[in-house]
Amino acid sequence: MKVGFLHSLIRKDEKLLIAEVRKRDDMELVFLDDRKLVLDLGCAPEVDIVLERSINHSRAMHALRLFEGAGTPCVNTYEVARRCGDKILTAASLQECGVPQPEVRVAFTPESALLAIEELGYPAVLKPAVGSWGRLLSKINDRDAAETVLEHKSILGSYHHSIFFVQQYVEKGGRDIRAFVVGDECVAAIYRSSEHWITNTARGGRATNCPVTVPLAEIALRAADAVGGGVLAVDLFETADGLLVNEVNYTMEFRNSIDVTGVNIPERVVSYVARAARP
Amino acid sequence: MSECPVCAGEVEISPDPVEGELLECEECGVELEILTLGPLTLGEAPEAEEDWGE
Repeated sequence: MKVGFLHSLIRKDEKLLIAEVRKRDDMELVFLDDRKLVLDLGCAPEVDIVLERSINHSRAMHALRLFEGAGTPCVNTYEVARRCGDKILTAASLQECGVPQPEVRVAFTPESALLAIEELGYPAVLKPAVGSWGRLLSKINDRDAAETVLEHKSILGSYHHSIFFVQQYVEKGGRDIRAFVVGDECVAAIYRSSEHWITNTARGGRATNCPVTVPLAEIALRAADAVGGGVLAVDLFETADGLLVNEVNYTMEFRNSIDVTGVNIPERVVSYVARAARP
Repeated sequence: MSECPVCAGEVEISPDPVEGELLECEECGVELEILTLGPLTLGEAPEAEEDWGE
């Protein structure tokens, strides 16, 4: 089986996946560097399946669309990438499937965004619809902060920054949960702890093992199903009313989670790819 | 070992390098990318873009 490995920069996560593929006699790696691709519509790469690990969301999403259009199965699918790469589409998918999440408002002008923030109440969180690693998140504590951030975004940002995704701020007690879903199983989970309100490990959050309880597995799988399923990392908040889904990530980073959970996540991913190539 | 193109320090290469692999120079801290394997050449890794990562 030829596995097309869609990538740009190869980080430790990708190295671990490459090592797992190379352990298997039934798999051959074909590197597809998104910086070198010239895609002819309708022409499939000579592979049986594509494993998407591109660091750029836009490149990944468009390449997946063309690969699938040419008949090549992909992990994850284009539709999953489209929904997960944009927080508004993720929130809409969760809403439509009844998956609990923090309150969300979407607005398209600074004036309506201010109304949206005031409707949710302070503090509120303003996020770019497309973006990750906790970058450009703003915790808006009061009206002065709201007016300042909205003005800066409208003047300094590209048009993307005038699509305002506003989320209710959830007091998470210094940690959140990242649950790893592979197919129909929640294989592992970590707590991400930080003194800062942003707990991404890319921003210094510490990873420790989180037991995969039945309620956690259930909501993580429901969130994964809501966006189309596959190999996904579901970020959750613990609240007095239960777990809430914050985000769903489709090119999940797991390098800090293998040792602490004791789960060989890349091995699970590669096994899933093998199953997906032979439905 | 290979030479950092920024500070000329020594950069450790993994036993199974691949093109596109991200490395860090421990001497100057710059992020590097393996550009080619035969011969092995290193360049500065691109800056993070707005739609990077998960």
